[in-house]
Amino acid sequence: MADRTITRAQLSEAVYQEVGLSRNESADLLETVLGEIASALTRGESVKISSFGSFSVRSKGQRIGRNPKTGEEVPILPRKVLVFRPSQFLKARVNDDLAKASGAKQPS
Amino acid sequence: MTKSELIARLAELNPHLYQRDVERIVTTIFDEIAAALGRGDRVELRGFGAFSVKRRDARVGRNPRTGTSVAVAAKAVPFFRTGKQLRERLNA
Repeated sequence: MADRTITRAQLSEAVYQEVGLSRNESADLLETVLGEIASALTRGESVKISSFGSFSVRSKGQRIGRNPKTGEEVPILPRKVLVFRPSQFLKARVNDDLAKASGAKQPS
Repeated sequence: MTKSELIARLAELNPHLYQRDVERIVTTIFDEIAAALGRGDRVELRGFGAFSVKRRDARVGRNPRTGTSVAVAAKAVPFFRTGKQLRERLNA
């Protein structure tokens, strides 16, 4: 198991390998996908990607927080937070893959 | 928005692409993220957010209805942390 970090570079490379577009266009399309998801969420819509998971926006009310250093009470303003709920399929896939990897260690 | 609506929107923005290719692009992106998480890797998309896997140890749970103890196996849970820029955009 590698514990590496995957970034836009590897994702757009995968798109490039899969579909016969240029590297530049592959990178642009990845950006558009992320941008469209972000825009929908900003409009307050939830985004459901079947067999992957869903993103939704939750509104949180005001509450009283505390500065942990000074103990001073500060109001935490109402805010919107994004929640991702992985699909059952994604949860199962991640568990199966990781179980396989630890069962039969491959030389890295 | 659903995956098919996302595909339709992308096809609309890219009229020079075949619908079939747009579908493959979207599928590939989410497949790659899922595969990375399956390897235990992190996926960091600056400005959007980061996907990672959190490990949960095995524990003894309880059936809330009967109160009997049941063993819950160790498991891994996909996790998403919203990126700073997107978080700010949601609250703008």
